[in-house]
Amino acid sequence: MFNLRDKAAVTGVGETRYARDSEKSQLALTLEASLNAIVDAGLDPKEIDGVIPYAAGGIVAEDFITNFGLPDLRYSALTPMGGASPVAALQSAAMAVATGVANHVLVALGRGSISGGRITSRLAEMPQMRLVSEFEMPLGTNAPAQFYAHMARRHMELYGTTYEQFGEIAVTCRQNAVLNERAMMRKPMTLADHQNSRMIADPFRLFDCSLESAGAAAVVVTSAERAKDLRHRPILIGGVAEGHPESPSAITQRPDLTRFGIASAAPIAFAMADVTHADIDVAEIYDCFTFVVLCQLEDMGFCAKGEGGEFIANGRIRPGGELPINTHGGLLSEAHIAGMNHIVELVRQLRGDCGERQVDGAEIGLVTGFGDLGDGSIAIMHR
Amino acid sequence: MTDSYDQLPEKPRPQPSTENQPYWDGLREHRLLVQRCANCNKLRHYPRPMCDACYAMDYTWQEIDGRGTVHSWATSHHPFHHSFKREVPYVTVTADLESGVRLQAPLVGSDETALALGLRVIVDYADVDASLSLPCLRLES
Repeated sequence: MFNLRDKAAVTGVGETRYARDSEKSQLALTLEASLNAIVDAGLDPKEIDGVIPYAAGGIVAEDFITNFGLPDLRYSALTPMGGASPVAALQSAAMAVATGVANHVLVALGRGSISGGRITSRLAEMPQMRLVSEFEMPLGTNAPAQFYAHMARRHMELYGTTYEQFGEIAVTCRQNAVLNERAMMRKPMTLADHQNSRMIADPFRLFDCSLESAGAAAVVVTSAERAKDLRHRPILIGGVAEGHPESPSAITQRPDLTRFGIASAAPIAFAMADVTHADIDVAEIYDCFTFVVLCQLEDMGFCAKGEGGEFIANGRIRPGGELPINTHGGLLSEAHIAGMNHIVELVRQLRGDCGERQVDGAEIGLVTGFGDLGDGSIAIMHR
Repeated sequence: MTDSYDQLPEKPRPQPSTENQPYWDGLREHRLLVQRCANCNKLRHYPRPMCDACYAMDYTWQEIDGRGTVHSWATSHHPFHHSFKREVPYVTVTADLESGVRLQAPLVGSDETALALGLRVIVDYADVDASLSLPCLRLES
């Protein structure tokens, strides 16, 4: 059976400065990161013939044709899955280059100034939020911290998961961010700092919640064959998949609140890449909230359902641990670039370009996406 | 009573469609109505056009019992929508209703320290104004 194993590679990565706010437009940020990724690949922008913009960004393929003067765009698509979009876009891009529909697909994501619209009004207008908007927002459930708090509380009550275990994930991300000059949050954080941060939507405290950021990141996906001729050693996509939970548009009606879409995607990606969990040297795991990391580790099969809290103990996910995660600081401490920054970081780790925060001997890594109430995506890459 | 130094925005309101209007009309009468597939009788909530078991698009509205048990909950301390600023902290409960559907609604009459999975709850109704009533949940005594 045809599959995508090692058919495509990430050949270029780029980003802008990450900050709380920016005077530049979302489109300008997106183009800046895109140009950096294209140059990093050793390509001229006019060689880009496929584009996957961020579906939630309001930026379309035409914007890239207009600004880069692309002469021959043959493929454009959207992967509207919130924070699962970037990794799901890797799957679509890999399909496009593996089949010869396009040669070089640009996947780009930018987030502009937050002053343009607060999160509750942005969300209420998204079609995938229609049910939440109609039946839950009038009751006071208006933002992701509140949606996901019900999932986290259920997990805590069923399995004994603790606030301190969520804290371990926040502290781990911050420890990595301290070593990353691009990160927005570089002041060291202790578990006590986490426990003392103000409650937002119990069980989530402030330090369980990701940042609000302005900035952009982008990658170029090329067929494995063509990638050999480009500037960097290609980082191959060994396995990639997306998955959707039951009742995708209403967590309240979902049979199992503690099972995300990635639970269906992970076995496909691992089988395609032909690797085991023990082979993963580094994992960049979507971290809009600390609990979401813990639940994905279980759903991917790194441990059984309910054992995530114990799994992450004893330094296992810390720098130098058995499974270092979010080596850039993640959405919790680097920046919220909707997980495109996770893909960029994994590629840099596998190239060995991460300096002080480099995971020794990183050859095989994993990146995940999570979004829109539980959609999931996963890519396993190797050098 | 007015609060002139801090005018809060209006709370978000549902925008009823032809598909879900009967649900909101039911709440106005303090009745809980959900869709029942006219072909296979499966109950479903939130309202939508098609039955995911048999793909039939015909349905009726059935009144269901408001009793159930606690499935999960969350306590909001930050008012993400500014209109809830005076309510924080407030608790919303996800409840398994005996009919098989779930309902999320604010907890009234108790605080979160009283909650545990499986505790019995019952639906109550809060009249917002002449045209809107919302469900709430209270622990069964």
